[in-house]
Parts: sequence; structure tokens; C-alpha cells
Amino acid sequence: MSSIDPRIDRLELPANEDGKEVMNKLEQWETYEVFHQKKRGDQHIHVGIVHAVTPEMAIILAKEQYTRRRQTSNLWVVRTADVTATAYDDADMFESTPEKTYREASDYYCMDRIRKYQLEHGIKDRKEDRRKVKEAE
Amino acid sequence: MAYNEQELAAVKEFLYKIADDQLIIGHRNSEWTGLGPLVEEDIAFSSIAQDKIGQAQHIYEILHNLGEADADTIAFTRDASLFKCCHLTEYPIGEYDFSLVRNFFFNHAEMLRFEMLASSSLEDLAKLAKKYRGEIKYHVMHSDTWIKQLGKANEESHNRMQAAVNNTINLALGIFEESDSADTLKSMGVFEGEKVLQSRWLETILPILESASLKLPESSNWQPAYGGRKGVHTEFLQPLIYEMGEVFRLDPKAEW
Repeated sequence: MSSIDPRIDRLELPANEDGKEVMNKLEQWETYEVFHQKKRGDQHIHVGIVHAVTPEMAIILAKEQYTRRRQTSNLWVVRTADVTATAYDDADMFESTPEKTYREASDYYCMDRIRKYQLEHGIKDRKEDRRKVKEAE
Repeated sequence: MAYNEQELAAVKEFLYKIADDQLIIGHRNSEWTGLGPLVEEDIAFSSIAQDKIGQAQHIYEILHNLGEADADTIAFTRDASLFKCCHLTEYPIGEYDFSLVRNFFFNHAEMLRFEMLASSSLEDLAKLAKKYRGEIKYHVMHSDTWIKQLGKANEESHNRMQAAVNNTINLALGIFEESDSADTLKSMGVFEGEKVLQSRWLETILPILESASLKLPESSNWQPAYGGRKGVHTEFLQPLIYEMGEVFRLDPKAEW
């Protein structure tokens, strides 16, 4: 059984199902999901995957793939196989019915009341200031 | 700090030794770019190579401030006999087992040397030793992880790693070739000496090798590959320097 990877070729795997199974396993190492934390206390955010054979190796490889050009305080790696996920076939369960938009954050209008309160109490609206500066530019 | 002539020569030789090691091993490791065993490792190993060259450049700048030529001229135009790197760094990359074992031996020596230098009287160097501590810590973590993985993965990988350790130990011991000006450096408070470094290095690497099921050959058989620190090199160095300077020589006055 021949592989494009010379390291696997050297194993001289038998040309049957058993050989194929070993080859498939070796040609692509398992993957680890990488989570990046910018500052201590921040959420870890998923940034991608690395191929590795142990968690320790996943860490040293993830360090160069995902932290070279960004501020980092911490990395997590998790075996992809250890992640429990929903099925894409079940994606319909995430759809919300049109008449229930009140469940979504965007359905709440409160800025009018906040602005009124700010005006009454002489509180500066920084967001508004920033918007004006941006428009002026 | 004002140095007398003998002190200045000792300091320069010491700086050349450290920087030349980093430049040459960095260049060698960069030869793996595009050929690494998997893409993630290719990127990691190339990045480590780049770090080493960056560190060398920084030390060449200290040398420049002490009256030597600028970093590019130092790196690209010297004859091999003026380089002070050890033979370990000069050898071609060989197979990945050799390159990993070479890095393992080198990175530990470098980390311990920089730990010693963090309190050196040579302030520019002490600052630099602190600045690069994190970078070198990662280099060591990278080589330790691979050594432990391949030392124990299977029979073939173990045998290859053990053979690489056996074939590389004498070259690695060449890192610690003592300089004639060792006493001067010690009395100046620049560096405690290669003997101290070598014994700390052995103390550090032995337990790691053991946890990787690897052994050093009997110390009675050690024959350190000395000469590099005196400018006596292997046949591999001059072609490497020639290749490294190819682009620079096209237009030595170019602004980059």
C-alpha cells in the first residue's frame, strides 16, 4: 500500500482494509481545537485547529500558528474528538418564530430613554461624541 | 564602562561566539522551511530559526557599538576563519532526528547561558538576555516536547533519536570550549565560564533525556569537538556563509 508520505511508505502496510485503516490514521494526525485568550480574565476564543499527536505538541504548534501576531496571555487546546456538537440536521431548532422577536436583544428599544436621562442629568454621551468625530472625519 | 585593550578583545570574542552560534544554527534551521514533517511544525521550526537570527543581529549591534562593522557586514562578509561558532551549529541539517537533537542540546545551553548573562556586568548583554528569555523558553519547550515524543513513540523513532544523541554529543560538548580570555571575562563579571555552564547543562538535560527513555553515551567516551571558538571549522561552514551572503553581495550598499 503506497502513500505520498515516505514515513508511511516505510511501514510497508498490507494492501487490505487493515492496512488502509492504519494509513488513514497516520496520513492525517488527529486535530486539536485551539482557543486563544488575549488578556487574563477575557473569554478564550476559538481561533482554529492544529494537527498533533498529544496535547503538549498541540500547544507548541498552536503557539506559532495562532499567537505570533497577536497579544496573548493564555492558550487552550482540546481534542476535536472530545467536543460534543449539535447535528447540522438539527439546525432548524435554532430558528425562532417571527412573532417571538421579543426574545431577541435587538427587539428592545431603550436608547431614547437613556438619552433623555443623560440630558436631564447633564451626563455626556460618549458614544454620541465618538459618532460625531467619526462623521467629521 | 571603559575597557582596556585586553578586556575589549575578550568581550568582543565572547559576543561573537554567542551571536555566530545563533546566526549559523538559525540559518541551518531555516533550511527546513518548506520541508518540515507537517505544516504546523514547518511554521514553528521556521519561526524559531528566525528568532535565533534576530537574536544574533541584536548582539552584532552591540558589537557595532563597540567599534565593529555593522551587523550585515559582520554576518555576510567575514571569512569562515573569523567566525567563532561551534561545530554543532555548522553541520548540514541531515534528517529531522539530528536537527531536533541538535536543537535540544543547543537550546538548553543557550537558555542557561542567558540565565547567567542576565546578571552580567555587560549591561547591554544583560538586558538582551532578559528580553529574549521568553523566546528561548519556547524554543526549549519545543525541543523537549519533540524529544519526549519521539524518544518513546515507537521502536524506530526511539532508535533514531538514540542514534542521533550518540552521534551529536561530542558536537554538543563543543559548545563549552573555553576561551583563552575566560579569566578576564570572569574577573570583569561578564561571564562565569564555560565549565560552570556545561555542568548546569548536564544537570538540566539528563532528567529530560531520561524521561524520553534516552541516554547519553558513557562520559569516558566523550571527545568534545573543539576548534570552532578559535576559528577552526568544519568543511561545512564556508559554503554556508557563501550561500548566506549571496543576496547581500549583489549590492552591499543597498538600503533594506
